[in-house]
Amino acid sequence: MVLAERKGVARPVRTVITIQESSGVGELLRRNLIGSQLAIALRFAIGAGLTLGLLPLLFAIVPEIGRVEVLGIRLPWLLLGVLVYPFLFGLGLWHTRTAEHLEQNFAETVQD
Amino acid sequence: MTTPALVALCAIGLVGLASALIGSYGVRMARSTSDFLVASRTVGPMANAGAISGEYLSAASFLGIAGLILREGADALWYPVAFVAGYLALLLFVAAPLRRSGAHTVPDFAELRLASPALRRTCTVFVLVIGWLYLLPQLQGAGLALTTLTGLPAWSGIAGAGVVVLLTVVGGGMRSITFVQAFQYWLKLTAVLVPALVVGSLFLNDTRTLDRPTSPQFVQATSVDVRTDVVLDVTEPVQVWVDGVVNGRVERGDLTWFSGRYEVGEGTTLRFAAGSAVPTVDGSPTTDRQWLEPMTGGAADQLLSIYSVLIAGFLGTMGLPHVLVRFYTNPDGIAARRTTVVVLGMIGVFYVLVTLLGALTRLYTPQLLVSGDTDAAVLLVPTAVLGHDWLGWLLGGLVAAGAAAAFLSTSSGLVVSLAGVLFTDVLRGRWTDFRLAAVLSIIVPFALALSVTRLDFALTVPLVFAVAAATFCPLLVLGIWWRGLTAAGAITGVLVGGGLSAVAVVLSLFSVVQQGWIGLLLYRPAVVTVPVAFLTMVVVSRFTRASIPRDVDRALMILHAPEQLGLSRDRFDRPGRS
Repeated sequence: MVLAERKGVARPVRTVITIQESSGVGELLRRNLIGSQLAIALRFAIGAGLTLGLLPLLFAIVPEIGRVEVLGIRLPWLLLGVLVYPFLFGLGLWHTRTAEHLEQNFAETVQD
Repeated sequence: MTTPALVALCAIGLVGLASALIGSYGVRMARSTSDFLVASRTVGPMANAGAISGEYLSAASFLGIAGLILREGADALWYPVAFVAGYLALLLFVAAPLRRSGAHTVPDFAELRLASPALRRTCTVFVLVIGWLYLLPQLQGAGLALTTLTGLPAWSGIAGAGVVVLLTVVGGGMRSITFVQAFQYWLKLTAVLVPALVVGSLFLNDTRTLDRPTSPQFVQATSVDVRTDVVLDVTEPVQVWVDGVVNGRVERGDLTWFSGRYEVGEGTTLRFAAGSAVPTVDGSPTTDRQWLEPMTGGAADQLLSIYSVLIAGFLGTMGLPHVLVRFYTNPDGIAARRTTVVVLGMIGVFYVLVTLLGALTRLYTPQLLVSGDTDAAVLLVPTAVLGHDWLGWLLGGLVAAGAAAAFLSTSSGLVVSLAGVLFTDVLRGRWTDFRLAAVLSIIVPFALALSVTRLDFALTVPLVFAVAAATFCPLLVLGIWWRGLTAAGAITGVLVGGGLSAVAVVLSLFSVVQQGWIGLLLYRPAVVTVPVAFLTMVVVSRFTRASIPRDVDRALMILHAPEQLGLSRDRFDRPGRS
C-alpha cells in the first residue's frame, strides 16, 4: 500500500522536470502536446467559422433559399434559429472528447 | 397604477426576494472571493453550468434579441448565433488553459504569463471599460422594461435598477452564489418557455401568416408615444391621427400618410385604427415578406454588418469579465471544458425559444416598430396575445420576472467583477471597504445610462463584444498558444485594438453617424479592429523577441499539461488537497 503510494507521488515529479526542461525530450513532448491541441482547436474553429461564415454569402447569392420551406418554416429560420444550436453544441462535445483523449495519451506517454 | 403594472412590480419584487432567500438558505453568503469560489466548487458541474448560463444570459439576451428579430427579421438571427459561437470559441481556445493557470481575471492571467506590471495595468483599464460598457445597456434596458411595464419616466427605471444592483452587491454580501444564479437561469428559461408555448400554440391556430407582401398590421386600435426622434417608412397609405411634429411641422388631427419617409419628433402621439398598416423604421424590412427573407437591404452593407457581428461575438465572448471569472469555479481544466459544453447546450435552448418569441412578436406587437421600443417586445406579448385580463397579466408578470432575473444576475456579476478589479488593482487596499469599490464600479455606467440616449441592445451590445474581441481575445489566444508573445507586443496590441474600438464606440454613442461604409464600420468595428490588433501583437512581439520571458516554457506547460501531471495552479489550494 505504502510503496504504491510513494511510487505514485514520485513519478509525476520526475516526468514534470523532464517536460519542463528547455531542451531534448521534454521540449519535443511539450511542443507536440501544445501543437496538437492547437491543431484540433483550430480545426473545430475553422469548421464552425466556415459553416457559419459561408451562410450569409449563400443567402446573398442564392436568394431563393429564403423562400424554401421545410416543415412549414422558412429554411434560413430553421437553420439559424434552430439547427445551429445543436450543431454548435455537438462541435463542443466532440472537441472536448478529442482534447481529453489527446491529454490522456500524453499523460500516459510521459508517465511511462 | 394599473393592475398589469402592479403585477409586474410584484413579480420583479418576488424575484429579488427569492434570490435573497435561496442565497441565504444553507449556504452562507461568501464574504470573500475565495469563499465564493470554494463554495462554488462543492457544487456539481450541472449546477455550476446553470449558474454560468444564468449569469451569461443578460437582459440583452432576454429582451434585445426578440426586439431585434421583430425589427430586422431573418438578418437578426445572426446575433444570438454569434453569442453562442463565442462560447464555443471560449471552449476551444481558453477554457482549460485559463483554469489551469489559476488566474481568475484577465489582468491576473496577463501577469502570470508575462510578468509585466504595465500590462496588468493596461488590462485593468480595459476590464473596467468593457465592464462599464456592458453595464450601460443593461441599466438602460432595465429602465426601459420598468417604463414599459409601469409607465414611470425612463430615469426612474434606471435609478431603480442601479439601486437594486447596488443593494444586492453591497448589502447581501459579495456575490450571488451558484444556487441563486442557477435559480435565475431556470427562471429565465421558464419565462421564455411558457410564453413561447402559449404564443406558439395560439399562432398555430391563427389564420394569419407572416408570408405577406404587405406591411405588418395593427391588431387593434393602437396609440403610440414616440419617445425618440424616428424616421418612419410608409409603404401603403395609412390613416393616422397625429399630435406632435411630423416632417418639421406641428400637426394635430387626422392625416393620411402616403408612401414615403416621415420624420416624427420626440413626444409625438400617433393613433392607428385596427387593421391599418404599420409604418416601419427607415432601413428595416418594410413588408412582412421581406422580413421573412434574409439579406434585405444592400447586400454588401448587410454582409459587412453580419460578418462584423459574427467576428465580434465569436471572438469577444472570451474577453467579457463576468464570463471569465466564473471559469475559476471549476475544480480543474477537464471540468472547465465539460461545464462549458453543458453551458453551450443550456444557452442554445434558451436562444431557440427567444427566437421563436421574437418571430411571433412581429404579428402580435407590431406597434413597437413605430415607437422604436422594440426591446420591450417580449414584455408586451403576453397581454397582446391573451388580452388585458388576469391570464395576460400573470404571464406578463412571469416574463417581467425573467427580465428582472436576467438583468440582476448579469449586472451583479459584472459589478462584483469590476469592484474586485478596482479593489485590488486601483484602490490597492487604501480604502479597505470593498463596498466603496462596488459603488464606484456602478457610478460610471449609471451616469452614462442617464445621459446617453438609449440605443437598442442590438447596437450597444455588439460594440462591447467588439472591444473585448479586439483587446482580450488576442491577448488570451496568443498568450495561451504562442510562445513568442512578449509584454511589449501584448501591451501595444491591447492599446491599438482597444483604442480603435473605443473611438468607434464613443463616436457611435455620442454623435450622429454618417451613412455608408464609414458609418457602418463605426457601428460594427470588429471586422477591422480585430485583425489589426492581432497583427500588431504579433509584429511587435517579433520585434521585441529578446524580451520573451525566460520561464515561458514552464508557463506554457502549466497551461496545457493534463491534470494527471499535477502542474496546474490553484490559488486557494488547501494543504492536503490533491
